[in-house]
Amino acid sequence: MSILLTAMTAVLCLAMIGAALLAISGKALPVAILAAGLVSLVASVLFLILAAPDVAMTEAAIGSGLTTFLFFFVLGRVRAGERSGDDND
Amino acid sequence: MTYMAMGTGFLLILIGFYGALTKRNLLRMIVAFTVADTGVNLVIVAVGYLPGRTAPILDAAVKASEAAARIIDPVPQALVLTAIVIGVGVTALMLAYAYKLYEKKQTLDIARFTELKW
Amino acid sequence: MIKRLVALLLLVAIGTIFTALLAGYEADALLNLTARYYADHAASDIGAANIVTAIIVTYRGLDTLGEVTVLFLAATVVGLVLALGQRHEKAPRSLVPAGELLTTGTRFLAPLIMLLGAYVFANGHLTPGGGFQGGAIIASGTLLLLLADPLKHFSHALIATIESFAGIFYVAIGLLGLVLAGGFLDNRILPTGELGALFSAGAIPLIYSLVGLKVGAELSSMLANLSATEEL
Repeated sequence: MSILLTAMTAVLCLAMIGAALLAISGKALPVAILAAGLVSLVASVLFLILAAPDVAMTEAAIGSGLTTFLFFFVLGRVRAGERSGDDND
Repeated sequence: MTYMAMGTGFLLILIGFYGALTKRNLLRMIVAFTVADTGVNLVIVAVGYLPGRTAPILDAAVKASEAAARIIDPVPQALVLTAIVIGVGVTALMLAYAYKLYEKKQTLDIARFTELKW
Repeated sequence: MIKRLVALLLLVAIGTIFTALLAGYEADALLNLTARYYADHAASDIGAANIVTAIIVTYRGLDTLGEVTVLFLAATVVGLVLALGQRHEKAPRSLVPAGELLTTGTRFLAPLIMLLGAYVFANGHLTPGGGFQGGAIIASGTLLLLLADPLKHFSHALIATIESFAGIFYVAIGLLGLVLAGGFLDNRILPTGELGALFSAGAIPLIYSLVGLKVGAELSSMLANLSATEEL
């Protein structure tokens, strides 16, 4: 049982790092925001594996729910500014 | 397992800092800060984990008398709960400011905001 | 190019510090003294089955009061910043109405979500959960209502009233703790009861319910303020 848990932790950590890299370097801004929400979601599962159920619930509700929505609210208002500063990084 | 989680947390902090330092779009910088925030919370919770023990909730599985021998450290979890909630407050503030800056200057490129440069 | 190189150098430096921390870290075998005190005395003194709740509400209750204040400040500043300079005579916004699926689904789901949020913060001392989680779930319910009907005018007065009263009662219960029990925000003003019952752990369910309402109201007001802005 424990080796299954270790393997699952390894897969989740790799997924989180991949999603973080996508959040930083994603071509389109909605993709980057969704990748940041995915990082929060995988972090919530990792918190549960690390025996912290309170923190997992808080991160799932606030991190991957409300923060992503806040980003999309503001992105919807500043649609034209989505691409500013992207050409020569 | 602690090492994996802590190493991932440190990597997330580094990735978040890199994004915050090199991107020029305001919203991308805020996304990078969010990623770094998640990394910091992961590191703190990973510090509190003791191998072989379970969550700090007293129920039928963990009686009150044997609690000190069966549960992990509950203090980092209390700290991280506070940190997550304040993180979302700070993110909301940053987004409100980004909206107002766009309203004034019609751009989100941070290189165009030169009023404070000498 | 130079900027990116400097940033990479800085990150490499921080990365070496992190590697040194990680290499020298060793997980403890036993709980440290503070954690052992909390583990031994949480059930008998406080009466809460969730030790993290006992720490947040009573042992480190002042930190929670500070956190609620910081969240209140953030919500207020968001409302202030977004309202500055807004043209007062708003042209009626013409938005695409939300689809039938969303409106019907919202009518079914929003009360259930609010009920789940109330359940989570009322049972914070027994199961994983508590004020912050419950407040976030309530704010998600408000978000669903906002999405289904974007033109609906949320009564900011109601949200502000809930938030203010929750805050005042929270501090009032804390002061009652000074008068009737051991100190500020002591939870023994109400009987601690037996471990695992709903009405146990003294004033913790009351305090956490107020915290949950306050956090829910603050996050909802942040969302309502952001949703009332105009497309630029």
